Amino acid sequence: MSGLTCRCSMSEADTSQDPTCADLDRRLVLATQAGLPLHARPYHWLATELCVTPEQVMERINTMLEDGRIRRIGVLPNHYRLGYVANGMSVWDVPDEDVAEAGRQVGKLDIVSHCYQRPRYLPEWPYNLFAMVHGHSRTEVMDKVADVAQMLGERVRAHEILFSTRILKKSGMRIGG
Amino acid sequence: MDELDRHIINDLQGGFPVSERPFLDAAARLNTTESELITRIRCMLDDGLLTRFGPLFHAERMGGALSLCAMKVPKERFDEVAEQVNSFPEVAHNYQREHAMNMWFVLATETAAQLETVLGEIEACTCIKVFNLPKEEEFYVGLNLQV
Repeated sequence: MSGLTCRCSMSEADTSQDPTCADLDRRLVLATQAGLPLHARPYHWLATELCVTPEQVMERINTMLEDGRIRRIGVLPNHYRLGYVANGMSVWDVPDEDVAEAGRQVGKLDIVSHCYQRPRYLPEWPYNLFAMVHGHSRTEVMDKVADVAQMLGERVRAHEILFSTRILKKSGMRIGG
Repeated sequence: MDELDRHIINDLQGGFPVSERPFLDAAARLNTTESELITRIRCMLDDGLLTRFGPLFHAERMGGALSLCAMKVPKERFDEVAEQVNSFPEVAHNYQREHAMNMWFVLATETAAQLETVLGEIEACTCIKVFNLPKEEEFYVGLNLQV
């Protein structure tokens, strides 16, 4: 077995500062950003690749899940292939004092995949709340956005839906090697 | 796509176990076998029903920087500019949208400083202003599309 040990796993200290852990975490990200190996013992397989113990791999992954560096582990469906072919980016101009509450309400809806507050660029871009809405058709997306508009009521000064017409690139996030 | 595939898509978008035999543990929840689950995931990846399988990382918490950027690209230059923008490896995805702001892409870099640099390079290369729209607050990220 490798002599590499992960000191921080034995303490409550801030693990992100530990060079050994930081290095192993980085190597784990590089090894899994394209996906988890489809082997019966995927973490053992990674351990062999990275010359560490399976326990270290699982401990670091659990730590990253706990501190939110890993949002979740699972399958990522291709929503186009599942029939959700319409994807509308709804953008909203909501008063700054209302945006947090509005964002929480919109983010709770099942059909919304991402909901963020972003900066305005006046006068060209007045919108500060973004919500990605998915549906089986443009009509369905428009109906759902109309429901959102009704829910937000007078807080909405203006809104639009930007439909995507072409995927120009989709490579996913990658960090360098 | 049959019942088991739907079950996998609906119930395995998160919570994949961290254990010695995680497929075995997950298969028990899905009333199938370890080898069947591995085969199904592999087939759905090959078919394109799944985009990926594994950990979904939170770029900013990993220390990286991420931003949504938009450009108003003149129609006649659209394909040329798309090619220029896509040539940057930091551009993770790029969509054409129906709006005066017609090009929307996500920039992902390892540091915030790199993000600024790449933005400047894209502007210099295309001679078009890039609207940098980083998130100021995240209300929700996820998608639990049921099939």
